[in-house]
Amino acid sequence: MGRTLFDKIWESHIIAERENGMALLFIDRHLVHDATAQAFDQLRLEGKEVRRPELTFGMADHYIATHHDPNRDPVHEQMVTTLAENAHEQGITSFGAGDEYQGIVHVAGPELGLTLPGALLVCGDSHTSTHGALGALAFGIGASEVTHVLATQTLWQQRPKTMRIRIDGELGPQVSAKDLILTIISTIGANGGTGYVIEYTGKTISDLSIESRLTLCNMSIEAGARAGMIAPDETTFSYLKGKRFAPQGELFEHAVEMWRGLKSDDDASYDKEVAIDAGKLAPTVTWGNSPETALPITGHIPSLNEIESNKLEQYNATIEYMGLAPGAMLTSLKIDQVFIGSCTNSRLEDLREAAEIAKLGSAKVPTIVVPGSQQVRQQAEKEGLHEIFQKASFEWREPGCSMCVAMNGDSVPSGARCASTSNRNFAGRQGPGSRTHLMSPAMAAAAAITGHLTDVRELEGNIC
Amino acid sequence: MLAFTEHCGQALRLPWENIDTDQIIPARYLHRPRNAGYREQLFHDLRFTPDGKQPRVDFPLNDPTKAESSILVSGKNFGCGSSREHAVWALLDYGFRVVIAPDFGDIFFNNSLKNGLLAIRLDERSIEALMQNEGEPTILTVDLPQQSITTRSGLRYEFEIDPYRKEALLNGESDIQMTFRLYDEITKFETRYIKDNPWIYTP
Repeated sequence: MGRTLFDKIWESHIIAERENGMALLFIDRHLVHDATAQAFDQLRLEGKEVRRPELTFGMADHYIATHHDPNRDPVHEQMVTTLAENAHEQGITSFGAGDEYQGIVHVAGPELGLTLPGALLVCGDSHTSTHGALGALAFGIGASEVTHVLATQTLWQQRPKTMRIRIDGELGPQVSAKDLILTIISTIGANGGTGYVIEYTGKTISDLSIESRLTLCNMSIEAGARAGMIAPDETTFSYLKGKRFAPQGELFEHAVEMWRGLKSDDDASYDKEVAIDAGKLAPTVTWGNSPETALPITGHIPSLNEIESNKLEQYNATIEYMGLAPGAMLTSLKIDQVFIGSCTNSRLEDLREAAEIAKLGSAKVPTIVVPGSQQVRQQAEKEGLHEIFQKASFEWREPGCSMCVAMNGDSVPSGARCASTSNRNFAGRQGPGSRTHLMSPAMAAAAAITGHLTDVRELEGNIC
Repeated sequence: MLAFTEHCGQALRLPWENIDTDQIIPARYLHRPRNAGYREQLFHDLRFTPDGKQPRVDFPLNDPTKAESSILVSGKNFGCGSSREHAVWALLDYGFRVVIAPDFGDIFFNNSLKNGLLAIRLDERSIEALMQNEGEPTILTVDLPQQSITTRSGLRYEFEIDPYRKEALLNGESDIQMTFRLYDEITKFETRYIKDNPWIYTP
């Protein structure tokens, strides 16, 4: 029987296997960040050191400052420093504040060629699923697992099941990979992918840029799947060629020859199959406190009579927390601020899309744009995107996780409603009491210049 | 890690779905070192008023008759979201030893078992039956060797667990200890793998 892309990568990394599917896997790439301090503490407690520092890379992102803040909490700065100290002690290459390669680990990893097809990549962060866009098997792990990988360059994992999501049809104007993944999550549910690795296939996927594929795989975890992956193709190989840490010259050509075999066999079978028609999608936003509460922007907040009786208590709590009127049109929701950034949507393509909309007006509410990495920031500035943003009163910041996870001091005040390009709308995610609506960069920029949730398709050309 | 054999305690029900790890412990507490403890931070923003000072009366853990609970029972997809292991540490530091739900976020599930917090997948109908005594304390006995949950009235449900995870929990043994026994196999694999895949080294 044929094998899937997942099967091929999984099986090539098995060091030892138990009869129940639990396997000890070799790890090609281990990425660590500034919120991994406890794992290094544990490593010292265990009396171990990093087995393969040359396969381990550090990035300061969660706690890093994105602008000069005189009130910055010294604890946040300490976490950035602690990463540098741990990396130095263990001989790990790490990128911190001011470094030309610093960025959000899931933005900088792929763009530096640290992420490679066929590799098994882990990181102590759930959005590690992002890296599967390049044909890697990549998933987030907890602190104990981080310590285990540091000490052994291996990891015990239960073999997951496989799911294929086949996506065909052409994405309409202003419908992006973000709208696609939000629709997938609302279709299969926030636990629809639990226990599975998702492989995305189909014409829509092969037409997507690498940056869009990264957005798609990034939010696989919001459907419960630890990993999302896309078979590497010519788009992938040309993206990787010449990247700072990708193999170079003959070694690259040799690697590409091997990577061409990294695709599911025609007769491979999956444990679950889902089909999505991309042609039917509209720009999509979330209304509640789980990414599965995604709806087309043309829709309305669910009314009481649309909710199953056993879910009423939670529905009422969500309506109250989010400050919503049941049945109201999504486009009627006034917002208080906008965040364009995060490992989901802070790449060059995202910033270009947001800038196109920013040209149409000027921000009605405080809006920040946080590029995903120093490389993205530099390229965006070369293209003049920062000037477009600044002219529209969008604040241009330094790279980091910022307001997606609100660990560095960038946060949404209690009760404020934020149009955000990030990945989680959980209660308190962007700060205690924050109200988050997830959407694409173009949709967030549209909300910024109108002051309410807006169908970006109706905006273009209608504002002078 | 903390060993687990048998545990008898009061069950607390949080009847919601998709309780994410941001709810279990907000991100602003993640910088705290492990030995500082996370008891006060567990479910912080659900447990306390926005100023952080007053317990919210509507949160089940603040019910004085349930405050000593050590078994948490929740709806589907418990522990979804962020990979923060602090979520498990906070539950343990409060005094929880068992979490029962129809399913869990995968990373949370793994993190739990690596710390001696027994995460048990149980179907919704069985959970309903276990918790039918609402209004009075529900006392459950969780027996890992037998893989069973029993109520005082004699209801008994069995649960599944990976045999190796079970053994590690019973012995309180960490993965690192087990893995180091395979040191030679790892080295052998690594040597061959790196020879076959020289591109994994960065230039």
